[in-house]
Amino acid sequence: MADQPDTSREDGVHRPEVPGVNDVNAWFVREVLPLEPLLMHYLRRQWPNQSEIEDLRQDVYVRVHEAAKKQIPHPAKPFVFRIAHNLLVDRIRREHVVPIEAVADFDELEIAIDAPQPDRSVIARDELRRLQAALDQLPPRAREAIVLGRIEGLNGREIAKRMGIGPATVSAHLTNGILALAEILTGESPTQDRKS
Amino acid sequence: MTDSGDNISTGSSPARAIAQIAADWIQRRQFWDWNEKNQAELNVWLNENPLNLVTFLRLEAAWSRTERLIALNRPLSEAPGINQVKRNNSFPVRAAAALIVCGLGAGALYYLQAPKQNVYVTPLGAHETISLADGSQIELNTDSALRTRVDGNRRLAFLDRGEAFFKIKHDAAHPFVVIAGDHRVTDIGTKFMVREQGARVEVAVLEGSARIESSNAQSATLKAGDVAIASARSLVVTKKPEQDIANAVAWQRGMLVFSQTPLANVATELNRYNTKKLVIADVEAAKAKIGGTFPTSGIDEVTAAARVLFGLHVEDRGDEVVISR
Repeated sequence: MADQPDTSREDGVHRPEVPGVNDVNAWFVREVLPLEPLLMHYLRRQWPNQSEIEDLRQDVYVRVHEAAKKQIPHPAKPFVFRIAHNLLVDRIRREHVVPIEAVADFDELEIAIDAPQPDRSVIARDELRRLQAALDQLPPRAREAIVLGRIEGLNGREIAKRMGIGPATVSAHLTNGILALAEILTGESPTQDRKS
Repeated sequence: MTDSGDNISTGSSPARAIAQIAADWIQRRQFWDWNEKNQAELNVWLNENPLNLVTFLRLEAAWSRTERLIALNRPLSEAPGINQVKRNNSFPVRAAAALIVCGLGAGALYYLQAPKQNVYVTPLGAHETISLADGSQIELNTDSALRTRVDGNRRLAFLDRGEAFFKIKHDAAHPFVVIAGDHRVTDIGTKFMVREQGARVEVAVLEGSARIESSNAQSATLKAGDVAIASARSLVVTKKPEQDIANAVAWQRGMLVFSQTPLANVATELNRYNTKKLVIADVEAAKAKIGGTFPTSGIDEVTAAARVLFGLHVEDRGDEVVISR
């Protein structure tokens, strides 16, 4: 197929050949991100160097997102894991890190694809508890800034005043808090320990 | 500044470095002054490379979950069929108790200092005027649920269900923020309507302007006459004639205004207000177009119009009225 400019329209009536970037973003958030615990579990088992897992995950996301710009795949899960698998194979070929057999393990891939997805109602019930646990794990000053901003609804200047620190420091605490919360909230899953 | 030592190690991974920048964008947009120029800069950064974009989407999704959690933490969720207007202040105490039980410690203390929450629920067919201490007024439409947290520091309302009309006393230092679903509306001196329809949120501005921020990384500034429809996928803004928007909030006077409106849509609107439901049994009848002003309880008036104007068959079955050819 020849490269074509993205001519998708906002009116939502026509079915554009190429999905709009908003559709891709929404799909990515809705269908791909919830797979993260399973994806991380898979990557951790398949890749020897644990310090590279985060980079690998982001590489998978980039590849998934780029591919979805051409056509949004349904269902998302086998697609995401196929891309993860291919990425690992590529890296191994390039870097000669581990024998290919270690990741050419399609059984492992199938298990990952078949693993049950987190039940949304279970997640909803657990969310408050999980957020509290997540907040608890933040460094104290980052937690204070996040609680003031998120729960009390203060803006940056007000947080600075309450904490008696400068705006730049507030920003740094909020940035760290957002990062850490994302890691904690997306990194765990009720299904992670489940036997299949 | 004595708060070093708290910092989370950022490591040297490229993914980490970009995540740091993305998180900084999120906190800037959320907690500091944010204008069109900032948004344009963010858009440039997002379009720079796909890793920036996916990193931002991932962090923003997690961050918006924390907002949902605050909204989720409410007594209303168990009471969809509640039948009377109820006001209480018990929420902060209950929430604080839950936080302490879960061992949040410091967080619970902050929470206790948060402004008291008022809860308003309207039954089917009712509407209620809420006057806030700051001089703002909120009209809550049928079958709606709203929580407010207003004090000297901040003004916040959660539209958990239904529809509300806001007449906000402007205060630039303390903007009035309405959270409906995953979307956030901030007033800039304004009268506006917010309607929550499951995953979809509609905002119409009658006077002044307001800003809508959606969980899907989109935002827009709305002026009088603008109607925004935000969903998980998109944010669409259209301009409507002033009269249309005024008609859309006629429920404040207990009225519904239709103009060349298909009967199917008329039924959907009426059914929001009445226990007795209007059912349109076939496609042809659904297409019949009706205009005029009807009371929100006006099921008889509408069925009479359908019978007289279009010769449609009307059958009253007690709890529903069925219209067919």
